[in-house]
Amino acid sequence: MLQFPIDRIASATPPAIAARVKGLSDRAIAWLFVAPSIVLLLAINIFPLIWTIRLSFTNFRVNRPNAQIEFVGLRNYINILTDRDIWLSMQATAHFLIWTIVLQVLIGFSLAYLINKKFRGNDLWTTIIVLPMMLSPAVVGNFWTFLYQPQIGLFNYVVGFLTGSDPSSFSMIASTSLAPWAIIIVDTWMWTPFVMLICLAGLRSIPPSIYEAAECDRASKWRQFWTITIPLVLPFLMLAVLFRGIENFKMFDLVVQLTGGGPGSITELTSINLKRAAFEQWRTGYASAYAVILFVTVFGLASIYVKALNKVKKR
Amino acid sequence: MTTFLNRLLRLRRNAWEMVASVLIALGVVMLMQPLSLTLFSFSFLVTLVGTVMFIIVSHFPE
Repeated sequence: MLQFPIDRIASATPPAIAARVKGLSDRAIAWLFVAPSIVLLLAINIFPLIWTIRLSFTNFRVNRPNAQIEFVGLRNYINILTDRDIWLSMQATAHFLIWTIVLQVLIGFSLAYLINKKFRGNDLWTTIIVLPMMLSPAVVGNFWTFLYQPQIGLFNYVVGFLTGSDPSSFSMIASTSLAPWAIIIVDTWMWTPFVMLICLAGLRSIPPSIYEAAECDRASKWRQFWTITIPLVLPFLMLAVLFRGIENFKMFDLVVQLTGGGPGSITELTSINLKRAAFEQWRTGYASAYAVILFVTVFGLASIYVKALNKVKKR
Repeated sequence: MTTFLNRLLRLRRNAWEMVASVLIALGVVMLMQPLSLTLFSFSFLVTLVGTVMFIIVSHFPE
């Protein structure tokens, strides 16, 4: 007789356990299924969070496990919030965050709008545009350092060709004024397809009947765009901004690979700064306080953003 | 304005969420602004108060 795995498991269950499970309510069985996920979540998310908060009030150093751990109160928080270098790193993060989001939303939405039109090779172009998103940030960072090479880099060559300047006269990665833009360009190149895909989903969810009704009312294309397309795509756009905002606030790998936070500390974003405090200076307590500050900031922003998103959806 | 104050006094969720959201946004702007180190120093306190307030007031009645 053909036996499914579930039948084999049922027949292998000891009668005592089978009898016990039989007596459980639906609610108890539901809890039984959810319990492993909750335990895992508590173990790998909630416990480390509580532990980090606890460490943030101490002078603990992970490279000195036998040293006496002292409770230092709010000293770590005060040190961080009066440190000029951290203040500069927050500004670098803000610059990176604002520009990447603005560029990714503008270019991503424009690409989605174009791709949404019916034309030959539509699917092929979508696949080509989405390719950068599928690459590893380490690989992207590595090959963009080659593209940015002043002597042999394709980027410098193209800029030189278009502007008539000498390609080796500037270095995107070594210049203090250009390096912040170098990381913005790479992140935009890599993640615009993600925003495009979300916008495309929004555009394709708009029923054509709405546009047909607008045509009947003799609404111009411009009016249709502002009163139909934008309001209906807005929740999707906001979702894309939320995802990219949180991701870019924590940006680490791409920037480390590209500039390593340099030249000087001009592209040292908060996550790089935090990693240096935790794993180069081994100030674990201090780094924990820094992590708590970043967590509260992202959590607060995400809360108001989700509230705004729900409001837009209700409309 | 009077309606808003009334809602605050009657502990309505929307009005208090608005106050919490303004505090969070203000805290984040203070954290990332390039003008004053003093504002930066108080930014976390403002964000924290806003975030905790947001969590509490989201349980208030509509």
